[in-house]
Amino acid sequence: MSSPAGARAEWARRYGLLAPAVLYAAALALLPVLFTLWLSFRRQLPIFGISRFVGLENYAFLLTEPRFWNAAANTAYFVGVSVSLELALGLAFALLLNQNFRGRSVARALVLVPWVVPSVVAARFWEWIFNADFGVLNYLLGARINWLGDPVWALHAAILADVWKTTPFAVLLLLAGLQVIPAELYRAARIDGANTWQLFRHITLPLLKPVILLVLLFRTMDAARVFDLIFVLTGGGPANETETLVVYAYKLLYRTLQFGYGSALAVATFLFIFALSLVSLYHLRRAWQAQA
Amino acid sequence: MGSKSMIRWLAGLLLLGLMLSFTLGPFLWQVITALKPEMQLAQLPPLLPHPPTGRHFVTVLATPGFLRVALNSLVVAAASVLLAFALGIPAAYALAKLRLRGQGPLLGTLLCLSMFPPIANVAPLYLIFIALRIRDSLLAVVLAHSVFALPFAIWMLTNFFREIPDELYRAARIDGCSHLGLLRHIVLPLAAPGLLSVGLLVFIFSWNEFLYALTLTATEKARTLPVAIALFPGVHELPWGEIAAAAVLATLPVVLLVLAFQRRIISGLTTGAVKG
Repeated sequence: MSSPAGARAEWARRYGLLAPAVLYAAALALLPVLFTLWLSFRRQLPIFGISRFVGLENYAFLLTEPRFWNAAANTAYFVGVSVSLELALGLAFALLLNQNFRGRSVARALVLVPWVVPSVVAARFWEWIFNADFGVLNYLLGARINWLGDPVWALHAAILADVWKTTPFAVLLLLAGLQVIPAELYRAARIDGANTWQLFRHITLPLLKPVILLVLLFRTMDAARVFDLIFVLTGGGPANETETLVVYAYKLLYRTLQFGYGSALAVATFLFIFALSLVSLYHLRRAWQAQA
Repeated sequence: MGSKSMIRWLAGLLLLGLMLSFTLGPFLWQVITALKPEMQLAQLPPLLPHPPTGRHFVTVLATPGFLRVALNSLVVAAASVLLAFALGIPAAYALAKLRLRGQGPLLGTLLCLSMFPPIANVAPLYLIFIALRIRDSLLAVVLAHSVFALPFAIWMLTNFFREIPDELYRAARIDGCSHLGLLRHIVLPLAAPGLLSVGLLVFIFSWNEFLYALTLTATEKARTLPVAIALFPGVHELPWGEIAAAAVLATLPVVLLVLAFQRRIISGLTTGAVKG
Protein backbone atom coordinates (compact mmCIF):
# COMPACT_ATOMS: atom_id res chain seq x y z
CA MET A 1 0.00 0.00 0.00
CA SER A 2 3.07 2.22 -0.06
CA SER A 3 3.15 2.73 -3.82
CA PRO A 4 1.09 5.64 -5.18
CA ALA A 5 -0.85 3.26 -7.43
CA GLY A 6 -1.75 1.05 -4.46
CA ALA A 7 -2.76 4.08 -2.43
CA ARG A 8 -4.93 5.31 -5.27
CA ALA A 9 -6.60 1.90 -5.57
CA GLU A 10 -7.25 1.87 -1.83
CA TRP A 11 -8.71 5.40 -2.06
CA ALA A 12 -11.00 4.25 -4.86
CA ARG A 13 -12.11 1.22 -2.85
CA ARG A 14 -12.89 3.35 0.20
CA TYR A 15 -14.92 5.93 -1.64
CA GLY A 16 -16.43 3.16 -3.74
CA LEU A 17 -18.11 1.84 -0.60
CA LEU A 18 -19.60 5.21 0.13
CA ALA A 19 -20.45 6.47 -3.34
CA PRO A 20 -23.62 4.48 -4.13
CA ALA A 21 -25.38 5.58 -0.96
CA VAL A 22 -24.30 9.21 -1.31
CA LEU A 23 -25.31 9.45 -4.96
CA TYR A 24 -28.61 7.75 -4.20
CA ALA A 25 -29.39 10.05 -1.27
CA ALA A 26 -28.44 13.09 -3.35
CA ALA A 27 -30.75 12.02 -6.18
CA LEU A 28 -33.74 11.02 -4.08
CA ALA A 29 -33.53 13.20 -1.00
CA LEU A 30 -31.61 16.34 -1.94
CA LEU A 31 -32.69 17.00 -5.54
CA PRO A 32 -36.44 16.95 -4.79
CA VAL A 33 -35.94 19.54 -2.07
CA LEU A 34 -34.16 21.81 -4.56
CA PHE A 35 -36.97 21.10 -7.02
CA THR A 36 -39.49 22.24 -4.39
CA LEU A 37 -37.51 25.45 -3.92
CA TRP A 38 -37.53 26.02 -7.69
CA LEU A 39 -41.27 25.34 -7.92
CA SER A 40 -41.93 27.81 -5.12
CA PHE A 41 -40.73 30.66 -7.36
CA ARG A 42 -43.11 29.68 -10.10
CA ARG A 43 -46.76 29.75 -10.95
CA GLN A 44 -47.36 26.12 -11.77
CA LEU A 45 -50.87 24.94 -12.62
CA PRO A 46 -50.53 21.83 -14.79
CA ILE A 47 -54.27 21.52 -15.45
CA PHE A 48 -54.33 24.95 -17.13
CA GLY A 49 -50.93 24.49 -18.71
CA ILE A 50 -49.60 27.44 -16.73
CA SER A 51 -45.92 27.40 -15.85
CA ARG A 52 -43.96 30.61 -15.41
CA PHE A 53 -41.46 32.30 -13.13
CA VAL A 54 -43.02 34.72 -10.64
CA GLY A 55 -40.13 35.38 -8.25
CA LEU A 56 -41.20 35.91 -4.67
CA GLU A 57 -44.85 36.47 -5.52
CA ASN A 58 -46.01 33.20 -3.90
CA TYR A 59 -44.24 34.06 -0.66
CA ALA A 60 -45.59 37.61 -0.67
CA PHE A 61 -49.10 36.29 -1.16
CA LEU A 62 -48.61 33.66 1.56
CA LEU A 63 -47.73 36.34 4.10
CA THR A 64 -50.96 38.22 3.43
CA GLU A 65 -53.21 35.18 3.49
CA PRO A 66 -55.26 34.70 6.70
CA ARG A 67 -55.60 30.96 6.05
CA PHE A 68 -51.81 30.59 6.20
CA TRP A 69 -51.59 32.42 9.51
CA ASN A 70 -54.49 30.37 10.83
CA ALA A 71 -52.64 27.16 9.91
CA ALA A 72 -49.41 28.50 11.44
CA ALA A 73 -51.21 29.41 14.66
CA ASN A 74 -52.92 26.01 14.82
CA THR A 75 -49.59 24.28 14.27
CA ALA A 76 -47.85 26.34 16.95
CA TYR A 77 -50.68 25.68 19.42
CA PHE A 78 -50.68 21.97 18.59
CA VAL A 79 -46.90 21.73 19.05
CA GLY A 80 -46.81 23.77 22.26
CA VAL A 81 -49.62 21.96 24.06
CA SER A 82 -48.97 18.44 22.90
CA VAL A 83 -45.21 18.52 23.44
CA SER A 84 -45.61 19.96 26.97
CA LEU A 85 -48.18 17.31 27.87
CA GLU A 86 -46.01 14.55 26.40
CA LEU A 87 -43.03 15.71 28.41
CA ALA A 88 -44.99 15.91 31.68
CA LEU A 89 -46.76 12.60 31.20
CA GLY A 90 -43.63 10.96 29.79
CA LEU A 91 -41.63 12.02 32.84
CA ALA A 92 -44.32 10.66 35.20
CA PHE A 93 -44.42 7.33 33.36
CA ALA A 94 -40.63 7.11 33.21
CA LEU A 95 -40.32 7.74 36.96
CA LEU A 96 -42.88 5.02 37.60
CA LEU A 97 -41.12 2.55 35.31
CA ASN A 98 -37.79 3.37 36.94
CA GLN A 99 -38.98 1.79 40.21
CA ASN A 100 -38.02 -1.78 40.96
CA PHE A 101 -40.98 -4.10 40.67
CA ARG A 102 -41.78 -7.47 39.24
CA GLY A 103 -42.99 -7.41 35.64
CA ARG A 104 -41.24 -4.10 34.95
CA SER A 105 -39.96 -5.15 31.52
CA VAL A 106 -43.45 -6.33 30.54
CA ALA A 107 -44.91 -2.98 31.63
CA ARG A 108 -42.22 -1.18 29.64
CA ALA A 109 -43.05 -3.18 26.51
CA LEU A 110 -46.77 -2.50 26.93
CA VAL A 111 -46.20 1.24 27.34
CA LEU A 112 -44.43 1.14 23.97
CA VAL A 113 -47.54 -0.12 22.13
CA PRO A 114 -49.05 3.26 21.12
CA TRP A 115 -45.72 4.31 19.59
CA VAL A 116 -45.85 1.43 17.11
CA VAL A 117 -49.50 1.87 16.14
CA PRO A 118 -49.63 3.52 12.68
CA SER A 119 -50.81 7.10 13.19
CA VAL A 120 -53.65 6.62 10.72
CA VAL A 121 -54.85 3.67 12.78
CA ALA A 122 -54.41 5.64 16.00
CA ALA A 123 -56.63 8.31 14.45
CA ARG A 124 -59.28 5.67 13.74
CA PHE A 125 -59.08 4.46 17.38
CA TRP A 126 -59.68 7.97 18.68
CA GLU A 127 -62.27 8.90 16.07
CA TRP A 128 -64.41 6.07 17.44
CA ILE A 129 -63.73 7.03 21.05
CA PHE A 130 -64.65 10.66 20.27
CA ASN A 131 -67.79 9.73 18.31
CA ALA A 132 -70.52 12.12 19.46
CA ASP A 133 -73.34 9.55 19.46
CA PHE A 134 -71.78 6.19 20.26
CA GLY A 135 -68.34 7.18 21.59
CA VAL A 136 -67.11 5.69 24.84
CA LEU A 137 -65.69 9.04 26.01
CA ASN A 138 -69.11 10.71 26.09
CA TYR A 139 -70.52 7.59 27.71
CA LEU A 140 -67.91 7.62 30.49
CA LEU A 141 -68.28 11.36 31.06
CA GLY A 142 -72.05 11.23 30.77
CA ALA A 143 -71.71 14.09 28.27
CA ARG A 144 -72.87 14.76 24.75
CA ILE A 145 -69.97 16.70 23.32
CA ASN A 146 -69.30 16.74 19.59
CA TRP A 147 -65.55 16.41 20.14
CA LEU A 148 -64.46 16.45 16.50
CA GLY A 149 -67.20 18.71 15.16
CA ASP A 150 -67.05 21.49 17.74
CA PRO A 151 -64.52 24.21 16.82
CA VAL A 152 -63.53 24.60 20.48
CA TRP A 153 -62.86 20.91 21.10
CA ALA A 154 -61.59 19.56 17.77
CA LEU A 155 -57.96 20.70 18.02
CA HIS A 156 -57.80 19.56 21.65
CA ALA A 157 -59.17 16.16 20.70
CA ALA A 158 -56.41 15.84 18.08
CA ILE A 159 -53.85 16.88 20.70
CA LEU A 160 -55.07 14.15 23.07
CA ALA A 161 -54.73 11.53 20.33
CA ASP A 162 -51.21 12.79 19.58
CA VAL A 163 -50.23 12.71 23.24
CA TRP A 164 -51.43 9.11 23.44
CA LYS A 165 -49.46 8.10 20.38
CA THR A 166 -46.16 9.81 21.12
CA THR A 167 -45.75 9.80 24.91
CA PRO A 168 -44.07 6.34 24.75
CA PHE A 169 -41.19 7.84 22.77
CA ALA A 170 -40.63 10.43 25.52
CA VAL A 171 -40.91 7.70 28.18
CA LEU A 172 -38.19 5.61 26.53
CA LEU A 173 -35.64 8.38 26.26
CA LEU A 174 -36.38 9.76 29.72
CA LEU A 175 -36.18 6.27 31.25
CA ALA A 176 -32.80 5.73 29.58
CA GLY A 177 -31.71 9.06 31.07
CA LEU A 178 -32.96 8.14 34.55
CA GLN A 179 -31.12 4.84 34.51
CA VAL A 180 -27.70 6.44 34.13
CA ILE A 181 -28.08 8.70 37.18
CA PRO A 182 -25.80 7.12 39.82
CA ALA A 183 -27.74 5.63 42.76
CA GLU A 184 -25.06 6.88 45.20
CA LEU A 185 -26.17 10.44 44.60
CA TYR A 186 -29.62 9.62 45.94
CA ARG A 187 -28.22 7.62 48.87
CA ALA A 188 -25.90 10.41 49.91
CA ALA A 189 -28.68 13.00 49.72
CA ARG A 190 -31.00 10.74 51.72
CA ILE A 191 -28.39 10.49 54.47
CA ASP A 192 -28.21 14.28 54.49
CA GLY A 193 -31.96 14.25 55.18
CA ALA A 194 -33.37 15.24 51.77
CA ASN A 195 -37.00 14.27 51.10
CA THR A 196 -38.33 12.74 47.90
CA TRP A 197 -39.33 16.06 46.36
CA GLN A 198 -35.91 17.56 47.07
CA LEU A 199 -34.24 14.53 45.49
CA PHE A 200 -36.35 15.03 42.38
CA ARG A 201 -35.87 18.79 42.27
CA HIS A 202 -32.13 18.90 42.96
CA ILE A 203 -30.80 15.64 41.53
CA THR A 204 -33.18 14.09 39.01
CA LEU A 205 -34.32 17.20 37.15
CA PRO A 206 -30.92 18.88 36.67
CA LEU A 207 -29.24 15.62 35.59
CA LEU A 208 -32.10 14.79 33.27
CA LYS A 209 -32.14 18.21 31.64
CA PRO A 210 -30.15 17.28 28.52
CA VAL A 211 -32.45 14.32 27.84
CA ILE A 212 -35.54 16.45 28.45
CA LEU A 213 -34.29 18.97 25.91
CA LEU A 214 -33.49 16.18 23.47
CA VAL A 215 -37.05 14.90 23.74
CA LEU A 216 -38.24 18.46 23.29
CA LEU A 217 -36.20 18.80 20.08
CA PHE A 218 -37.35 15.50 18.55
CA ARG A 219 -40.97 15.91 19.52
CA THR A 220 -41.13 19.53 18.35
CA MET A 221 -39.81 18.66 14.90
CA ASP A 222 -42.20 15.74 14.67
CA ALA A 223 -45.31 17.46 16.02
CA ALA A 224 -44.78 20.48 13.75
CA ARG A 225 -45.29 18.28 10.69
CA VAL A 226 -48.45 16.60 11.98
CA PHE A 227 -50.56 15.37 9.09
CA ASP A 228 -51.86 11.78 9.34
CA LEU A 229 -53.76 12.27 12.57
CA ILE A 230 -55.56 15.45 11.50
CA PHE A 231 -56.21 14.16 7.97
CA VAL A 232 -58.18 11.20 9.34
CA LEU A 233 -59.71 12.77 12.46
CA THR A 234 -61.08 16.03 11.04
CA GLY A 235 -59.55 16.66 7.62
CA GLY A 236 -58.66 20.12 8.97
CA GLY A 237 -62.23 21.03 9.88
CA PRO A 238 -64.50 22.23 11.36
CA ALA A 239 -64.07 25.56 9.52
CA ASN A 240 -60.27 25.03 9.29
CA GLU A 241 -60.03 25.09 13.10
CA THR A 242 -57.68 22.09 13.05
CA GLU A 243 -55.91 22.84 9.78
CA THR A 244 -52.14 22.70 10.29
CA LEU A 245 -49.42 23.85 7.88
CA VAL A 246 -48.82 20.41 6.38
CA VAL A 247 -52.53 19.68 6.02
CA TYR A 248 -53.01 23.00 4.21
CA ALA A 249 -49.98 22.35 2.01
CA TYR A 250 -51.34 18.91 1.15
CA LYS A 251 -54.66 20.44 0.08
CA LEU A 252 -52.97 23.09 -2.07
CA LEU A 253 -50.77 20.49 -3.75
CA TYR A 254 -53.17 17.61 -4.26
CA ARG A 255 -56.68 19.00 -4.08
CA THR A 256 -56.18 22.17 -6.11
CA LEU A 257 -52.92 21.13 -7.82
CA GLN A 258 -51.26 24.51 -7.17
CA PHE A 259 -47.71 23.20 -7.30
CA GLY A 260 -46.04 26.61 -7.17
CA TYR A 261 -47.99 28.10 -4.29
CA GLY A 262 -48.16 24.76 -2.47
CA SER A 263 -44.37 24.45 -2.72
CA ALA A 264 -43.95 27.93 -1.27
CA LEU A 265 -46.04 26.81 1.69
CA ALA A 266 -43.97 23.61 1.96
CA VAL A 267 -40.79 25.69 2.07
CA ALA A 268 -42.33 28.00 4.67
CA THR A 269 -43.31 24.97 6.74
CA PHE A 270 -39.79 23.63 6.50
CA LEU A 271 -38.37 26.99 7.62
CA PHE A 272 -40.86 27.07 10.50
CA ILE A 273 -39.74 23.61 11.70
CA PHE A 274 -36.10 24.50 11.11
CA ALA A 275 -36.41 27.65 13.24
CA LEU A 276 -38.13 25.71 16.02
CA SER A 277 -35.38 23.08 16.03
CA LEU A 278 -32.63 25.70 16.04
CA VAL A 279 -34.10 27.22 19.18
CA SER A 280 -34.29 23.78 20.81
CA LEU A 281 -30.76 22.91 19.68
CA TYR A 282 -29.42 26.13 21.12
CA HIS A 283 -30.86 25.28 24.52
CA LEU A 284 -29.69 21.67 24.20
CA ARG A 285 -26.13 22.74 23.57
CA ARG A 286 -26.19 25.14 26.50
CA ALA A 287 -27.51 22.41 28.81
CA TRP A 288 -24.77 20.02 27.72
CA GLN A 289 -22.09 22.64 28.19
CA ALA A 290 -23.43 23.45 31.64
CA GLN A 291 -23.17 19.79 32.57
CA ALA A 292 -19.72 19.14 31.12
CA MET B 1 -43.77 0.21 59.04
CA GLY B 2 -45.58 -2.73 57.48
CA SER B 3 -48.69 -0.68 56.74
CA LYS B 4 -46.63 2.17 55.29
CA SER B 5 -44.96 -0.08 52.72
CA MET B 6 -48.38 -1.62 52.02
CA ILE B 7 -49.77 1.84 51.15
CA ARG B 8 -46.76 2.54 48.96
CA TRP B 9 -47.30 -0.77 47.18
CA LEU B 10 -50.99 -0.09 46.63
CA ALA B 11 -50.35 3.45 45.38
CA GLY B 12 -47.77 2.11 42.97
CA LEU B 13 -50.18 -0.51 41.72
CA LEU B 14 -52.88 2.12 41.22
CA LEU B 15 -50.55 4.40 39.24
CA LEU B 16 -49.35 1.49 37.15
CA GLY B 17 -52.97 0.56 36.43
CA LEU B 18 -53.78 4.14 35.39
CA MET B 19 -50.76 4.31 33.11
CA LEU B 20 -51.50 1.01 31.42
CA SER B 21 -55.19 1.77 30.93
CA PHE B 22 -54.23 5.03 29.21
CA THR B 23 -51.68 3.39 26.91
CA LEU B 24 -53.60 0.20 26.18
CA GLY B 25 -57.20 1.43 26.55
CA PRO B 26 -57.75 2.84 23.03
CA PHE B 27 -56.25 -0.28 21.44
CA LEU B 28 -58.31 -2.65 23.60
CA TRP B 29 -61.43 -0.59 22.94
CA GLN B 30 -60.88 -1.09 19.22
CA VAL B 31 -60.51 -4.86 19.74
CA ILE B 32 -63.74 -4.87 21.75
CA THR B 33 -65.50 -2.84 19.03
CA ALA B 34 -64.30 -5.24 16.36
CA LEU B 35 -65.77 -8.15 18.32
CA LYS B 36 -69.19 -6.52 18.81
CA PRO B 37 -72.27 -7.70 16.90
CA GLU B 38 -73.49 -5.03 14.44
CA MET B 39 -76.49 -4.13 16.62
CA GLN B 40 -74.41 -3.31 19.69
CA LEU B 41 -72.08 -0.87 17.89
CA ALA B 42 -74.66 1.88 18.24
CA GLN B 43 -75.51 1.27 21.88
CA LEU B 44 -73.74 1.75 25.20
CA PRO B 45 -74.07 -0.10 27.58
CA PRO B 46 -73.18 -2.92 27.27
CA LEU B 47 -69.47 -2.08 27.18
CA LEU B 48 -68.44 -5.61 26.30
CA PRO B 49 -69.64 -7.52 23.23
CA HIS B 50 -72.41 -9.90 24.08
CA PRO B 51 -71.78 -12.41 22.61
CA PRO B 52 -68.41 -11.63 20.91
CA THR B 53 -68.42 -12.24 17.17
CA GLY B 54 -65.62 -12.69 14.66
CA ARG B 55 -67.86 -11.57 11.81
CA HIS B 56 -66.17 -8.23 11.18
CA PHE B 57 -62.76 -9.90 10.95
CA VAL B 58 -64.15 -12.46 8.51
CA THR B 59 -65.72 -9.71 6.38
CA VAL B 60 -62.46 -7.74 6.24
CA LEU B 61 -60.31 -10.77 5.48
CA ALA B 62 -62.74 -11.94 2.82
CA THR B 63 -62.46 -8.60 0.98
CA PRO B 64 -59.94 -9.35 -1.79
CA GLY B 65 -58.66 -5.78 -1.66
CA PHE B 66 -57.67 -6.04 1.98
CA LEU B 67 -55.29 -8.96 1.54
CA ARG B 68 -53.81 -7.31 -1.52
CA VAL B 69 -53.16 -4.11 0.41
CA ALA B 70 -51.73 -6.03 3.38
CA LEU B 71 -49.37 -7.84 1.05
CA ASN B 72 -48.37 -4.48 -0.50
CA SER B 73 -47.50 -3.19 2.97
CA LEU B 74 -45.39 -6.24 3.71
CA VAL B 75 -43.52 -6.05 0.39
CA VAL B 76 -42.90 -2.31 0.71
CA ALA B 77 -41.63 -2.58 4.30
CA ALA B 78 -39.38 -5.57 3.55
CA ALA B 79 -38.00 -3.94 0.38
CA SER B 80 -37.33 -0.71 2.29
CA VAL B 81 -35.25 -2.63 4.82
CA LEU B 82 -33.32 -4.47 2.10
CA LEU B 83 -32.62 -1.29 0.15
CA ALA B 84 -31.50 0.58 3.27
CA PHE B 85 -29.15 -2.28 4.16
CA ALA B 86 -27.79 -2.84 0.66
CA LEU B 87 -26.71 0.79 0.24
CA GLY B 88 -26.37 1.70 3.91
CA ILE B 89 -24.10 -1.04 5.25
CA PRO B 90 -21.09 -0.37 2.98
CA ALA B 91 -21.48 3.38 3.47
CA ALA B 92 -21.75 3.10 7.25
CA TYR B 93 -18.72 0.81 7.32
CA ALA B 94 -16.71 3.36 5.35
CA LEU B 95 -17.83 6.18 7.64
CA ALA B 96 -17.24 4.25 10.86
CA LYS B 97 -13.99 2.45 10.16
CA LEU B 98 -12.06 4.23 7.41
CA ARG B 99 -10.77 7.68 7.94
CA LEU B 100 -12.24 9.64 5.07
CA ARG B 101 -11.91 13.30 4.35
CA GLY B 102 -15.15 15.24 4.82
CA GLN B 103 -16.98 12.56 6.75
CA GLY B 104 -18.11 14.93 9.50
CA PRO B 105 -20.06 17.22 7.17
CA LEU B 106 -21.32 14.17 5.28
CA LEU B 107 -22.76 12.60 8.43
CA GLY B 108 -24.30 15.94 9.39
CA THR B 109 -25.92 16.24 5.97
CA LEU B 110 -27.30 12.71 6.27
CA LEU B 111 -28.75 13.48 9.69
CA CYS B 112 -30.40 16.61 8.31
CA LEU B 113 -31.81 14.69 5.35
CA SER B 114 -33.37 12.08 7.60
CA MET B 115 -35.08 14.84 9.57
CA PHE B 116 -36.49 16.70 6.59
CA PRO B 117 -40.28 16.94 6.71
CA PRO B 118 -41.75 14.84 3.87
CA ILE B 119 -43.92 17.76 2.76
CA ALA B 120 -40.73 19.46 1.52
CA ASN B 121 -40.17 16.86 -1.18
CA VAL B 122 -43.44 15.06 -1.73
CA ALA B 123 -44.57 17.27 -4.64
CA PRO B 124 -41.40 16.81 -6.73
CA LEU B 125 -41.42 13.05 -6.10
CA TYR B 126 -45.03 13.00 -7.26
CA LEU B 127 -44.20 14.92 -10.45
CA ILE B 128 -41.03 12.94 -11.13
CA PHE B 129 -42.75 9.58 -10.62
CA ILE B 130 -45.56 10.61 -12.96
CA ALA B 131 -42.98 11.57 -15.58
CA LEU B 132 -41.20 8.23 -15.11
CA ARG B 133 -44.58 6.45 -15.25
CA ILE B 134 -44.02 4.70 -11.94
CA ARG B 135 -46.67 6.49 -9.89
CA ASP B 136 -49.09 4.01 -8.33
CA SER B 137 -46.48 1.26 -8.11
CA LEU B 138 -44.86 -0.40 -5.11
CA LEU B 139 -41.50 0.77 -6.46
CA ALA B 140 -42.59 4.42 -6.10
CA VAL B 141 -43.52 3.90 -2.45
CA VAL B 142 -40.28 2.03 -1.68
CA LEU B 143 -38.19 4.77 -3.33
CA ALA B 144 -40.05 7.46 -1.39
CA HIS B 145 -39.57 5.59 1.89
CA SER B 146 -35.85 5.28 1.24
CA VAL B 147 -35.63 9.09 1.30
CA PHE B 148 -35.88 8.76 5.07
CA ALA B 149 -34.82 5.14 5.56
CA LEU B 150 -31.39 5.32 3.90
CA PRO B 151 -29.96 8.37 5.72
CA PHE B 152 -31.47 7.06 8.96
CA ALA B 153 -29.95 3.60 8.47
CA ILE B 154 -26.51 5.01 7.61
CA TRP B 155 -26.56 7.24 10.66
CA MET B 156 -27.60 4.44 13.02
CA LEU B 157 -25.31 1.79 11.51
CA THR B 158 -22.32 4.13 11.66
CA ASN B 159 -22.92 4.48 15.40
CA PHE B 160 -23.22 0.71 15.87
CA PHE B 161 -20.14 -0.05 13.74
CA ARG B 162 -18.05 2.43 15.69
CA GLU B 163 -18.60 0.37 18.82
CA ILE B 164 -16.65 -2.54 17.30
CA PRO B 165 -13.09 -2.38 18.71
CA ASP B 166 -10.58 -1.03 16.19
CA GLU B 167 -7.96 -3.65 17.16
CA LEU B 168 -10.05 -6.48 15.74
CA TYR B 169 -10.47 -4.58 12.53
CA ARG B 170 -6.81 -3.65 12.23
CA ALA B 171 -5.57 -7.18 12.92
CA ALA B 172 -7.75 -8.60 10.14
CA ARG B 173 -6.67 -5.78 7.84
CA ILE B 174 -2.99 -6.61 8.38
CA ASP B 175 -3.76 -10.25 7.62
CA GLY B 176 -4.77 -9.05 4.17
CA CYS B 177 -8.54 -9.21 4.55
CA SER B 178 -10.39 -7.13 1.96
CA HIS B 179 -13.02 -4.56 2.93
CA LEU B 180 -15.84 -6.82 1.89
CA GLY B 181 -14.29 -9.76 3.75
CA LEU B 182 -13.95 -7.58 6.86
CA LEU B 183 -17.56 -6.52 6.57
CA ARG B 184 -18.79 -10.09 6.21
CA HIS B 185 -16.62 -11.83 8.78
CA ILE B 186 -16.06 -9.22 11.47
CA VAL B 187 -18.29 -6.16 11.26
CA LEU B 188 -21.64 -7.73 10.42
CA PRO B 189 -21.53 -10.61 12.94
CA LEU B 190 -20.41 -8.28 15.74
CA ALA B 191 -22.98 -5.64 14.87
CA ALA B 192 -25.82 -8.12 14.39
CA PRO B 193 -27.92 -6.78 17.29
CA GLY B 194 -27.54 -3.26 15.89
CA LEU B 195 -28.55 -4.47 12.42
CA LEU B 196 -31.65 -6.04 13.91
CA SER B 197 -32.52 -2.75 15.66
CA VAL B 198 -32.13 -0.74 12.48
CA GLY B 199 -34.04 -3.30 10.41
CA LEU B 200 -36.94 -3.28 12.86
CA LEU B 201 -37.11 0.52 13.01
CA VAL B 202 -37.05 0.88 9.22
CA PHE B 203 -39.68 -1.85 8.86
CA ILE B 204 -41.98 -0.17 11.38
CA PHE B 205 -41.44 3.25 9.79
CA SER B 206 -42.33 1.94 6.35
CA TRP B 207 -45.31 -0.09 7.58
CA ASN B 208 -46.78 3.03 9.23
CA GLU B 209 -45.85 5.78 6.74
CA PHE B 210 -48.81 7.65 5.27
CA LEU B 211 -48.14 10.90 3.37
CA TYR B 212 -45.91 9.44 0.63
CA ALA B 213 -48.04 6.31 0.32
CA LEU B 214 -51.17 8.42 0.03
CA THR B 215 -49.90 10.77 -2.67
CA LEU B 216 -47.89 8.29 -4.72
CA THR B 217 -50.58 5.62 -5.08
CA ALA B 218 -54.00 5.73 -6.68
CA THR B 219 -55.41 2.20 -6.61
CA GLU B 220 -55.28 -1.01 -4.62
CA LYS B 221 -52.47 -2.09 -6.90
CA ALA B 222 -49.98 -0.15 -4.79
CA ARG B 223 -51.88 1.12 -1.75
CA THR B 224 -50.54 0.26 1.68
CA LEU B 225 -52.58 -0.48 4.81
CA PRO B 226 -52.53 3.04 6.33
CA VAL B 227 -53.86 4.49 3.07
CA ALA B 228 -56.58 1.86 2.80
CA ILE B 229 -57.62 2.45 6.40
CA ALA B 230 -57.66 6.22 5.97
CA LEU B 231 -59.77 5.97 2.81
CA PHE B 232 -62.05 3.22 4.11
CA PRO B 233 -65.08 3.06 1.84
CA GLY B 234 -68.27 4.40 3.35
CA VAL B 235 -70.20 7.47 2.36
CA HIS B 236 -72.37 8.56 5.27
CA GLU B 237 -72.63 5.60 7.61
CA LEU B 238 -69.12 4.37 8.34
CA PRO B 239 -68.83 0.59 8.84
CA TRP B 240 -67.36 0.90 12.34
CA GLY B 241 -67.09 -2.80 13.05
CA GLU B 242 -65.12 -3.42 9.89
CA ILE B 243 -62.92 -0.37 10.33
CA ALA B 244 -62.13 -1.58 13.84
CA ALA B 245 -61.30 -5.07 12.60
CA ALA B 246 -59.07 -3.71 9.81
CA ALA B 247 -57.36 -1.30 12.23
CA VAL B 248 -56.62 -4.14 14.67
CA LEU B 249 -55.32 -6.39 11.88
CA ALA B 250 -53.06 -3.62 10.53
CA THR B 251 -51.62 -3.01 13.99
CA LEU B 252 -51.12 -6.60 15.10
CA PRO B 253 -47.90 -7.35 13.16
CA VAL B 254 -46.04 -4.30 14.49
CA VAL B 255 -47.38 -4.73 18.03
CA LEU B 256 -46.12 -8.31 18.01
CA LEU B 257 -42.74 -7.09 16.74
CA VAL B 258 -42.50 -4.65 19.64
CA LEU B 259 -43.46 -7.24 22.23
CA ALA B 260 -41.02 -9.79 20.77
CA PHE B 261 -38.08 -7.42 20.22
CA GLN B 262 -38.64 -4.66 22.76
CA ARG B 263 -35.01 -4.72 23.89
CA ARG B 264 -33.65 -4.26 20.36
CA ILE B 265 -36.16 -1.55 19.50
CA ILE B 266 -35.48 0.38 22.69
CA SER B 267 -31.73 0.14 22.18
CA GLY B 268 -32.16 1.35 18.60
CA LEU B 269 -34.30 4.31 19.60
CA THR B 270 -32.10 5.41 22.48
CA THR B 271 -28.81 4.93 20.59
CA GLY B 272 -30.05 6.91 17.65
CA ALA B 273 -31.42 9.68 19.79
CA VAL B 274 -28.68 10.01 22.39
CA LYS B 275 -25.87 10.02 19.84
CA GLY B 276 -27.84 12.34 17.61
